[in-house]
Amino acid sequence: MSGSKVATMRDAIAALVRDGDTVAIEGFTHLISFAAGHEIIRQRRRDLVLARMTPDVIYDQMVAAGVARKLIFSWLGNPGVGGLNAIRRVTEGADTSLELEEYSHFGMVARYAAGAANLPFMPLRSYFETDLPVANPLIRPIESPYGDGMVYAVPPLKPDVTVIHAQRADAAGNTQVWGLLGCQKEAAFAAERVIVVVEELVDEAVIRADPNRTIVPGIVVDAVVVEPWGAHPSYVQGRYDRDNRFYRDWDPISRDPAATADWLRDWVYDLDGRAAYAEKLGPERLRSLLPSGSAPSGVVDYGEYR
Amino acid sequence: MAAERPADPASAAGAAPSPPAAGAAAFSKSEMMIVAAARELAGQRVCFVGVGLPNIAVNLAKRTVAPDMELVYEAGVFGARPARLPLSIGDPTIVTGATAVTSMWELFAFYLQGGLIDVGFLGAAQIDRFGNINTTVIGDYARPRTRLPGSGGACEIAINARQIFVIMRQSARSFVDQIDFRTSPGNLGGAEKSERIRREQGWLGRGPSVVVTDLGIWHFDETGEMRLDFLHPGATLNEVRATLGWEPHVSPSLAPTPPPTPEELRLIREELDPEGMYTK
Repeated sequence: MSGSKVATMRDAIAALVRDGDTVAIEGFTHLISFAAGHEIIRQRRRDLVLARMTPDVIYDQMVAAGVARKLIFSWLGNPGVGGLNAIRRVTEGADTSLELEEYSHFGMVARYAAGAANLPFMPLRSYFETDLPVANPLIRPIESPYGDGMVYAVPPLKPDVTVIHAQRADAAGNTQVWGLLGCQKEAAFAAERVIVVVEELVDEAVIRADPNRTIVPGIVVDAVVVEPWGAHPSYVQGRYDRDNRFYRDWDPISRDPAATADWLRDWVYDLDGRAAYAEKLGPERLRSLLPSGSAPSGVVDYGEYR
Repeated sequence: MAAERPADPASAAGAAPSPPAAGAAAFSKSEMMIVAAARELAGQRVCFVGVGLPNIAVNLAKRTVAPDMELVYEAGVFGARPARLPLSIGDPTIVTGATAVTSMWELFAFYLQGGLIDVGFLGAAQIDRFGNINTTVIGDYARPRTRLPGSGGACEIAINARQIFVIMRQSARSFVDQIDFRTSPGNLGGAEKSERIRREQGWLGRGPSVVVTDLGIWHFDETGEMRLDFLHPGATLNEVRATLGWEPHVSPSLAPTPPPTPEELRLIREELDPEGMYTK
């Protein structure tokens, strides 16, 4: 097929992610591309600036593997479980070698939106009477040009590479998502290069039959990687559930640097990709993550107009 | 931990009416805290749900005192109907059957900053007497003793939600005279300054209105400071003072919190938290 952007994960990361890049693997709890994060670790990228609203276990693993020099974020934790222990080891006490640049959630979303819209800043009502602008001098107050007071502004965030995971895309990169949308649209439009990882590659006709569900058009996409189970232990609405057991298990593993290194060896370095990872998880574990039932959307009629 | 049947608290401090105690079942301090927080939500229309304890308290309220309340999750869901209590607040169960799924830009810009949220429900690592909240660091920012998660949506929730509810366990380390970092503004240095800043800046939020702990229920008095209005069964004023970094304002009509009803306990133990993640 002409114009196909379909690539293997290995080739996509090799071609599009470079040492020193600002990389955003986005997805709010839902649709986090662990597969891309693991491939970046395997290819031993270095000095990355990792941007994500919620760094999550994927950035804990990437920081543990030594790929990052800095984090840009708004909530640094293992949701419902506790802290991100590998990141804490390099941001607390004697070792603060990982640089942090922090915002609130709305601030991060606003940064991507400004980046996507090619604006010099985005104003928001957050940050007054807080210490966040002191901690991060890039959060700055500005006077409303219409004479009605001050607001804070955040600068645009334009990642070198944004990676998003989705239910489906066609070979040109037209990408459809349902369930939580997070800030993937903003992060993708803001980026210089975009990798889309999907559970399923579909025909263009499937995309065109439901254009309201398209969040990112192929015109901003550089590579389409087909990687079933590529979001595990995150989840894909309608396909597999969040593996909460993994998120809990990561806590004791990540508290121990040796156990963390062993985990990275067994589940990242010693595997050649996501298919091997899914096989190692095993059919029983994968089956346990399937939805307990079906909840299909109604069908809408777009109509034909000739 | 069974308690005596308490006096009717409704006349004491303008609190939400509570179901009458029916029988004296044993319950934990965490269960009392969750039940008390849920009851405070009676009559509220739109609630922004935070991670952790707020999540279970709001879901309990939805099943008891506030069945018509719309649950809003920062992940981008309005009108959620979660069929299970999720570990994370971005769980697939908050999507299936919801009224609307939005991008996070829409959620924060149109729903929250646009003024649709009645109650923002927050947790905290540190809180001061005026309800200012720290969830960023313990110690110095540049070299923290403990690096906490940071704001998430809390900073903008504190500014834009019409009122703020806080749920957290009380300890001398968390209820402090001076918080180490102000992540989310409460009543700032007191009611007068808080009201002036909120008016001048055009904030829609009126600030914190209740703090529910494992020992009691605090509302905010005319000075903008927390006032203890209810003491949970089994808790004492000495215990409250020992877990507080300042001398508390105590309501002259301090009343005991009615203990959890069997139905509230059943909902927590059988439906919401069968594994005891929140209540241990």
